[in-house]
Parts: sequence; structure tokens; C-alpha cells
Amino acid sequence: MQASIRPSGRPDVRYLLRLGDTCLILAQRLSEWCGHAPVLEEDIALANMALDLIGQARGVLSRAAALDGQGFDEDGLAFLRDEHDYLNPTIVELPNGVDGRERPGDFAFTVVRNALVSTWMKAWWERLRASRDAELAAIAGKAAKEVRYHQQHAADWVVRLGDGTTGSRDRCVAALRRLWPYTAELFEDDAVDEAARAAGLGPVASELQAPWRADVDAILREATLEAPAPSAFRSGGRAGRHSEHMGYVLAEMQVLQRAYPGGAW
Amino acid sequence: MVTASDRVERAWGVLAGVPDPEVPVVSVRDLGIVRDVEDDGGGLRVVLTPTYSGCPATEFIAQAVAAALEGAGLGPARIEMRRSPAWTTDWISAAGREKLRAHGIAPPGPAPGPAPLRFVANRREDVVPCPRCGSRQTERISAFGSTACKALLRCRACGEPFEHFKPL
Repeated sequence: MQASIRPSGRPDVRYLLRLGDTCLILAQRLSEWCGHAPVLEEDIALANMALDLIGQARGVLSRAAALDGQGFDEDGLAFLRDEHDYLNPTIVELPNGVDGRERPGDFAFTVVRNALVSTWMKAWWERLRASRDAELAAIAGKAAKEVRYHQQHAADWVVRLGDGTTGSRDRCVAALRRLWPYTAELFEDDAVDEAARAAGLGPVASELQAPWRADVDAILREATLEAPAPSAFRSGGRAGRHSEHMGYVLAEMQVLQRAYPGGAW
Repeated sequence: MVTASDRVERAWGVLAGVPDPEVPVVSVRDLGIVRDVEDDGGGLRVVLTPTYSGCPATEFIAQAVAAALEGAGLGPARIEMRRSPAWTTDWISAAGREKLRAHGIAPPGPAPGPAPLRFVANRREDVVPCPRCGSRQTERISAFGSTACKALLRCRACGEPFEHFKPL
């Protein structure tokens, strides 16, 4: 069994892990749809978007590994960390199924999450194009284009389902209720954010809230849905405090590299 | 005596014959992913820009480019990946677009810039003419096709489905 690695606590590394892990874990969740989506076109769409996200994660984790300076690479960071060293927000690790079940996947839950997360990522990537870190800015230049069609795809589905039948609408409402409390952590600044802003690496979390909310409100309006009321609940994925689901995601994602260290295609 | 500029010119010629692994009707040169070729004395330095972040063919293309140049006696070839500026379909050559069309893949229109979110009800999709019969009466079946870079459309005039290389 391959031992775990631990990245340093450098704030710039932690900032990049938040970004890269968001792409990585959402990609893992979207990949679970491969062969299971309601129609073939959506199966292909979700798998293609997962592929974009893995490519983005690869670029960002490579950069994190370089800044970390302990000789790790993107594969090591993706497959050999322990749960509390993953810094994705909790929203992306929630299972695809209804009410927190792993399977079968709920397509409405997936497209509502994709709409909320890709809208947030769009605001983030657009600002990262101006990062003082040239490598991150270059990754963002490409990712900013890709996230636009991820958001468009998700928004189109939320509108179609939200403004659809009673059944599809109920699924959207339930998904929105379940996901909404997990969006609060996306916009809460901490020392990692402040250090990133000070160094010109990227924006603080709170800066993304207004552009996110404007787009999300536009989507919900078109879908004839309403944003749930704010709640006191706070998830802690960006600080490494994950839900009970994260361990299962990692177990499935890591098993091959842990059992066959350095295994390659 | 082969001069450095000869070698670079011959290299561009070789690259025109290296097919893209996912859309083999066009070469890597037609696609515009070869950004620079130079002879730095010790060999050729080739700069490639990947098409999509997650393009699974990126490593394969780098190997194929190096192998083709070395096979043509122009090696050693060092491949460098450059992310910035990001690849855009605007870099696909006119010849490349014609090859796509002749192969039944509608070539991309101009790449869109950053635009506000638009919903189906008030979105004007660009008309994609059918690459077979030229009709403008076409409709999108799926936003993604056999590869991430293509969408699937159908022509209402001739009834044929076809792929569209999406502008990016």
C-alpha cells in the first residue's frame, strides 16, 4: 500500500489545491454518470465536461506541486493525499443520488449542482486570467472558455427541468434546497484568500459572490425557481473538513494508485 | 550543407503530414496547434498549444510530431507545450476548414468572445450550413459529439446527420 503524501501548508499551495481539487472531485462525480445518464447525448456531454475538468485539475495540481517544492507531481497530489488535505468545497463531493444516496444518480441534482458550481468557477477563472502567476493565468485562459459552455449546458437544463413538468420541477426544487446551504462556504474569506490577493495570485472568495449571484438569479428566474433562504449551516471542505461522503469518493478514486504504486496505462 | 532555415522549412512540410489523431482528415499544422518551429543548433524546438485542457490526445500528438521529424532525418526534436495564448478554432487554416467540410464536418465560425449568459428562448444560435448539401436548414441534436470539440447536428433538407467543429 502506497503511503500518503502531505503538501506543505503554504497559502499559495492551499489556494491552488482549493481550485484544483474542485475540478478533480467534480470530475470524479461527473464521471460516475458514464454509461448511466438518462440519454446517450447527456452521457457524452457529462463525460466530456469531466474530461475538461480533469485537464484543468492536472494543470493546477502540477503548478501546486511545483510551488510546494517537495518533488510531488499532479498524480501524487491527486491520488496520494489523505482526506483532510483535499481542499475542495463540500458541494462538489456530495453524491449524485437523491437525498445523499450514492446511486442511482439524480440528473436534476447533477445539473443544478453544475449550474451553481460552474457559475462560481466562471467568475473565478475569469479573474485568474490576470493572475501574477503566469502559469496559472495561462491555465485560466483556456479554462475560462471551457467553463462557459459547462455553465451554458447546466443552465439550459435547469431552465428546461425547472420550467418543465411537475415531476422535473420538484426534483429541481429538492436539489436546490439540498445544495444551497453548501454555497455559503464558497464566499467566505480566510487567511489563504488574503495571502492570494496580497500576492496577486487570485481573488478572495467574497469577490466572487456578486457575479455568481447575478448569474444564478438569472438562471433561476428563467427556470421559474426561487433561491432558498440562507441558513446557518456551514460546510468546511475548503478548510479540509469534509462530509462523510468524501472518504468514499477518495477510496474509489485512489484504490489503484494505492494498491499498485506508480501504476500507469 | 543543410542550413537551419532549410531544416525549419522542411520541418513545417513534415508537420503538414502529421494527422490529428481525433480528426485525422486535418494535420496538426492545419489545426494551428504548432505555434513555432526553430533550429536551436542542437536540434529542432517545436512549440505546441493543446486544444482543450483535457484533450486526451495531447501526449500522443507530441510523440507523433517528434517521431515524424526524427523519421524525416530532422531530429532530435524537442517538444514544448505552451498554454498561453490559449488555442482557438480561429487558428484552423483555410485549407484545414476546407478539408473538414469535404470530410462532412462543418467547420467552426468565428470564436465567440466572453458573452453574458443567454437562455434558449432568447439565444440566437449561429446557422451552421450542412457540409453535404449546403442547406441552412439545420438543427443541433447534441452539444457534444464523438469528441469534445464537435457537436452533432442534422440537416432538415437532405436528412443527413453531421458533425460541427464548435467555435472556441
